Amino acid sequence: MSSWTARAREGMAKRLPMENLLPDRQPYYVGSWVYVFGVVTIAALVLTVLSGIILALAGPDWWHISAAGRFFNSVHFWSVQVFFVFMVLHLWGQYFMASWRGGRATTWMIGVVIFAISIAAAFTGYLSQQNFASQWIAVSAKDALNAAGLGAFFNVLNFGQMYGIHVVLLPVAIIVLVALHILWVRMKGVVQPIESPRPPTRSTSEEV
Amino acid sequence: MQRKPATSQGSMPTIRTVPYDLLKEVAIAMVGCLVLVIVLAAALSSPDVPSVTIQSWAQADPVDFTTTAANELAGSTTSAGYGAPYNNADAGQTLGPIAPSKWAGVRQPVDGANDFVINPLTHASVGDSQLTTALTAFQAASDTQKTGWLTAYAKALGDAKVQDGKVTVASGDYGAVPVLMDRLLTVARSGGLDGLLLSSGHFYQTDFTKPLLFMADGSYLAGLADQQHLSGSQWGMMNETGQYPGQSWLWLYTVWYQIPPFNTAPNGDLLVIILMGVLTLGLLLVPFIPGLRDIPRLIPIYRLIWRRYYQEEARG
Repeated sequence: MSSWTARAREGMAKRLPMENLLPDRQPYYVGSWVYVFGVVTIAALVLTVLSGIILALAGPDWWHISAAGRFFNSVHFWSVQVFFVFMVLHLWGQYFMASWRGGRATTWMIGVVIFAISIAAAFTGYLSQQNFASQWIAVSAKDALNAAGLGAFFNVLNFGQMYGIHVVLLPVAIIVLVALHILWVRMKGVVQPIESPRPPTRSTSEEV
Repeated sequence: MQRKPATSQGSMPTIRTVPYDLLKEVAIAMVGCLVLVIVLAAALSSPDVPSVTIQSWAQADPVDFTTTAANELAGSTTSAGYGAPYNNADAGQTLGPIAPSKWAGVRQPVDGANDFVINPLTHASVGDSQLTTALTAFQAASDTQKTGWLTAYAKALGDAKVQDGKVTVASGDYGAVPVLMDRLLTVARSGGLDGLLLSSGHFYQTDFTKPLLFMADGSYLAGLADQQHLSGSQWGMMNETGQYPGQSWLWLYTVWYQIPPFNTAPNGDLLVIILMGVLTLGLLLVPFIPGLRDIPRLIPIYRLIWRRYYQEEARG
């Protein structure tokens, strides 16, 4: 009987061969701008994380008192805006392509979880700005969270708690889930056109 | 180099593939996105309206500050009657037997009268015999007496005058209240109350629950928010100060607060949270929900996305 390591390696090689992980060919029907939304979303996420790292390194006060800090905060701010615009376009595009077909429901569900966590990440970011918007968003948002019983554990008026969640927990969760999302996309391949008589390119799983 | 056509698994027929460079696509997206973001950041910067402090509130609107402080003593503010997680004054929002606020309990205890007024004044009373006497008199008074003083003082504040940063009201039977309010306003205008409300007995502080609740009990903060189109009735949660885009992705959450029954029901927040939970679950489970998963087949947007494919299929 082979070792766990050997079995894991063999399983990974079978489920995700390198030509699927880093493809240099794709089905001929993949030729729409819709396919660009996903990769631009990831590019915006990379910029969001990089600019966020710079802001975190300098501390939460820096961008209020420094021109360079203000610039990197602006990069962070607009990266988030671009990230959401393209993520929503990606989501709607995948919905109207019914991209969960062919055993791809897991990929869809991971994507929705990323969307939900991204909203929480952006929300905690707005709470961490340390300006008037942060104050007002905090006092406004507390009522819904308290009504749901969440405010007792997720206190939007506690800057330290929101900042820690924003710069560590939620980015890590998003990065891990995005990696899983991409792995699932590469494992299953792109979904075939609706009403296509042709077979799927990789997965032959039963349609949902 | 001639490449073999990609094949699907088993005996499935082949499908035509075309050259593709994943890493090149990623690189182009990165560069394009970087240029776009840098141009936006350089040209438009980002919003940063300075935060409100207790000091700036007391200096800009001393009557509102004093009124709020008096109401804290009377226990008539929003935070005083809030319920969990701050106190037990209210059962919180419920929907039938569902009472999550009550279930979570009081985890950030706040006592407005003591936390926002009496305790800070006690700290500030060192060396101030008049304040010490007033504090002693107020705390020794009966609840009926306190209510009488505070009711009369709150009424008088309606015609209050401000001169040199001092709030003065018409003469009346207010007991120790005017001295307490005068000293609290003085401490607040100096900036001292910002520190006293944040203090929790240790050096490092990051929890702004008390000063934010105190400010939210007044009308000054809400007035500024209204000027910045951030009120709840102005789709506030998804807006940002100035002309900048805010959290526009919260539009579906915010829309419910604009329409009945959510904007009129006493448990509107809980209704919105439950509804958004159900909608999020629906989005998550779209692949398994008949009807929702069939919409893409009924609305032929997919024919635009794969138009080249369908054209080729039509040509055979």
